[in-house]
Amino acid sequence: MSGPALFQVNGVSRRFRLPRTSFRHAPATLTAVDRVTFELHEGESLGVVGESGSGKTTLMRLLLGLERPDEGTVDYRGASLRREVQAVFQDPVSALDPRMRVADIILEPVRVLHLPGDREKTLRELLEAVGLPQGSARRYPHEFSGGQRQRVAIARALAPRPRVLLADEPVSALDVSVRAQILNLLQDLREGYQLTLVLVSHDLSVVRQMCDRVLVMYRGQVVEAAETRALFRAPRHHYTRTLLDSVPTLRKRRAASR
Amino acid sequence: MREPALEVRDLRVRVGTLEAVHSVSFTLERGLRTGLIGESGSGKTLTALAVMGLLPDGLGASGSVLYEGRDLLQMAEAELCRLRGDRLAMVFQEPMTALNPVMRVGDQVAEPLRIHRGAGRGAAGRQAVQLLERVQIPDAAEKTRAYPHQLSGGQRQRAMIAMAMACSPDLLIADEPTTALDVTVQAQILGLINRLVEEEGATLLLITHDLPVVAQVCEQVMVMYGGYIVEEGPAAEVFDRPRHPYTRGLVDAIPPLDQDLPERRLRAIPGNVPALGEFPEGCPFRNRCPRADWRCQVMPALTGEQHKVACWHPVA
Repeated sequence: MSGPALFQVNGVSRRFRLPRTSFRHAPATLTAVDRVTFELHEGESLGVVGESGSGKTTLMRLLLGLERPDEGTVDYRGASLRREVQAVFQDPVSALDPRMRVADIILEPVRVLHLPGDREKTLRELLEAVGLPQGSARRYPHEFSGGQRQRVAIARALAPRPRVLLADEPVSALDVSVRAQILNLLQDLREGYQLTLVLVSHDLSVVRQMCDRVLVMYRGQVVEAAETRALFRAPRHHYTRTLLDSVPTLRKRRAASR
Repeated sequence: MREPALEVRDLRVRVGTLEAVHSVSFTLERGLRTGLIGESGSGKTLTALAVMGLLPDGLGASGSVLYEGRDLLQMAEAELCRLRGDRLAMVFQEPMTALNPVMRVGDQVAEPLRIHRGAGRGAAGRQAVQLLERVQIPDAAEKTRAYPHQLSGGQRQRAMIAMAMACSPDLLIADEPTTALDVTVQAQILGLINRLVEEEGATLLLITHDLPVVAQVCEQVMVMYGGYIVEEGPAAEVFDRPRHPYTRGLVDAIPPLDQDLPERRLRAIPGNVPALGEFPEGCPFRNRCPRADWRCQVMPALTGEQHKVACWHPVA
C-alpha cells in the first residue's frame, strides 16, 4: 500500500549541549538522535514508539526542519516541505493562540503560505472534516474541550493540503473517553486526504491500532523497525519485549492471590 | 465480607456553589486493593482529598468518613495530623511537586518516623536507608543525602512510596502514582506498590484514569463519572462484563493490545466530558449515552449485590 519514499533519513544524529553544571568540566553533550536511518513511503502510516528521552520528539523536529542534523541528511522528496508536511502536537491548549478565533487559527497556514483558493469554503470543509460545528469558526480556543481543541489543531494542519501529517502524542493529553474519537478521526482523514502519517507515541496500543510499520527508539537509536503485525507478534529486540511486557492490559491480570 | 478499613457515607464535596461529588458511599475492605477510575471532572481526586481531610481552601465536604469507628470529617485538624502519614498515607501523581525540593531525600523519608514514632535523628536516618532499600533505590545510603532533583522520576516516586509506607499505614491512597512515568518504570512501581501493600497487609485505594492499571493491581473497582460512582464490583467481573454504558464504552474504546487483529475503527464514546457544572441533570452520562431515555432525567441509585450499577438501562 505504500508508494515511493517521501522522506529519506540517512544516518541522522542530533546532539544537544547540556547546561553546564561545573566550572571544572566542559558541558556534557546529549545525543538525542543517534545515527537514525529510515524511509517514509507515500501513503504509509509509520509509528514511532519510545519512552521519554528516546529521541522521538527530536526526530519529529528534524523531519519538520525545526532542527538541523549534526550529522547525516533528512531529504524530503516532495515539492514543498513547508506546505506539504504539517504537524499536530500533544497539548492542544498550548498549541493554539488563545487570542485568535478558530477561523483565523485554522486559516493561518493558508494565509502565511499565500495559498490560492476560496478561504471561506476551505474553512467550511475543514470544520466539517474534523467534525466541528460551523459555528465554531467565530469562537475562541478556551470555549472548547480538550478533544475539540485537538480537532481545531488537526483542521489547521490539514488547511494547506499536506501530504504528510506528523502527530506527536496526539491523544496523550485527552480524556480516555475522547481518545478513541480522535484516533478514528485521524484514520478517516488519512483515507479521505490520502495522508502519509507519522505517529509518535509512548502508547503501544495506539501505535498498533493506527500504524502499518513501527520504529522502536531507545536512547536516540532505532533499535527495531518492523511491520506492526510482526513487531507485536514476535518482537526481536529485548527492549521491545520489555516495553511490550510492561504495558498493562485489561486481560493481563495479576496471577497472584484472587 | 471482610472487616471494613474505611467507610465513606454520603460524601459530598462542594466547589463554591457547585456540588462536584454527589452523595458517594463506599466501603474499603481491609487488605483489599480497590481501584477508583475516573476522567477529569469525575470527582475521583476530590473524593480522595476529602477522605484525607486535604481539600483545598474554599472546598467543603459533608457526610462521613469512618475510620476505626471515628468520623474523619468531624475530627480536629491536630488529631487528623496524628493519623495522616501514620495510619493513613497518600502518594501523589507528581513526586517533584509533592517532595520538598530543599530537603534531603533521607530526611523526608524519615520525617514520618520522627513525627509519629518519636525516632531520634540517628535512628530515623538509619531507618530511612532501610526504607529506600526496601523500595529498591540503588545506593540507598548515598541517596538519602541527595535532593529530589538529583533523582530520576521513578526514584522520586519510589522515595514517595517509602515515605508513605514508613509507619506501616493501614490505608494507602495512591492518586495517579504512575501517570507521569514511562511504561517500563510504571510496571516496576506498580509491582512495588503491590508487594508493599501485600507485605504490610495494608488497604489500597488506587486512583487512576487508566483501566488496565487497575486491572493489573486491584481486586475491586469503582467507576466514577460526573461526581457519582456509576459502577462498582470485583475488577475481573466489571472489566469482563461491564454493566454501565459508560464503563462499557471505556472498555470498548481502549485499543486492545492482547487480542489478535484490532478493528480499524475503535468504538468511541461520543461527545466530550463536560466541565464542572455542565453535566446534565439526572444521570451525568445521559447526553453521551446510546441507551438514555426520559427515565435518565433522574439519577438512579447504585444497586446490586457484589456488582453494583447506577443505571436505568444497564448493559446485559
